[in-house]
Amino acid sequence: MKQSDFVKIVMPFKDKVFRLAKRLLVSREEAEDATQEILLKLWKNNKKIEDYKNVEAFSMTMTKNFCLDRLKSKQAQNLKIVHSNYTDGNACLQKQVEAKDSVDWVSRIMEDLPEQQKIIVQLRDIEEYDFAEIAKMLDMNETAVRVNLSRARKTIREKLTNTHQYGIK
Amino acid sequence: MVLNNIEKLIEKYNNAETTLKEEAQLKAYFLSDDVAPHLEHYKPMFQYFSNSKKEQYTKDVPLKSIKTKLYQWISVAAVTVLMLGLIVPKVLGPSEQDLRDQEMALATYNQTMEAFNLISLGMNKGKTQLTNLALVSENINEGVEQASRLEEFNVITNRILKNK
Repeated sequence: MKQSDFVKIVMPFKDKVFRLAKRLLVSREEAEDATQEILLKLWKNNKKIEDYKNVEAFSMTMTKNFCLDRLKSKQAQNLKIVHSNYTDGNACLQKQVEAKDSVDWVSRIMEDLPEQQKIIVQLRDIEEYDFAEIAKMLDMNETAVRVNLSRARKTIREKLTNTHQYGIK
Repeated sequence: MVLNNIEKLIEKYNNAETTLKEEAQLKAYFLSDDVAPHLEHYKPMFQYFSNSKKEQYTKDVPLKSIKTKLYQWISVAAVTVLMLGLIVPKVLGPSEQDLRDQEMALATYNQTMEAFNLISLGMNKGKTQLTNLALVSENINEGVEQASRLEEFNVITNRILKNK
């Protein structure tokens, strides 16, 4: 497979990979690194790519696994220190800034969701995959995907209504 | 009418029962300007979704680097092989021990060759003696012949004597 063929295959979904990575890893740089890593992995196995039925779904699964691994290894290292600094120092200021933009609030709310729900909301509401595809990517059954998605949507709605009704906390 | 429909869809949406088409409908509605006030709190959510879909991965992926890396490594390998080819025979070439062994082998070879030569000399001597023996046997045969002639001669003289 030539490089141009590979690019043709990868082009349509590389943004999706990046967005999923960013959803999970939050930091843009981290997400860029992860995307690059995944594309390079695909490129390394480009002979096998032709055998895969659905390269896109396969890549999304890869992204999910890669990002979750990243998060795990980070937690094992020194995320705790970084994290406590992060919330202590920035909480007030960040909230003030975000108060101006309720759209950003949604991203805050989504950050607080559990990983699984984050991934599902990302795949469904942002990337607009259908349930069968999501179920395949995440190796779950469709009902479980629906349940998780429903929970996530309800959480987002509740938090949004709260902020909407009582003003921003 | 439309609002009623949207409310139903929202309900379904929250239970994750909407199809992609219906979700597109919802998105279109919430991205438009006239959203019913009691549904307004959904607006940022859909706005956020459509915004985040626009985000793109702009960094270049250095696909070529894999190949160039491979070539680099090939050249490194070639250089190491060359160096090894030059260094190894000098460092690990025939040591003194090896040379001594070779000399020893040569000496023993020469010795054995000498021994073989001696043996072959003896053999040749034996051969000449054998030819001598052959000569003797020839002489004996001649003697026997002559003796038989003598016998004939005797017979003839006897006959002559009888006739007289």
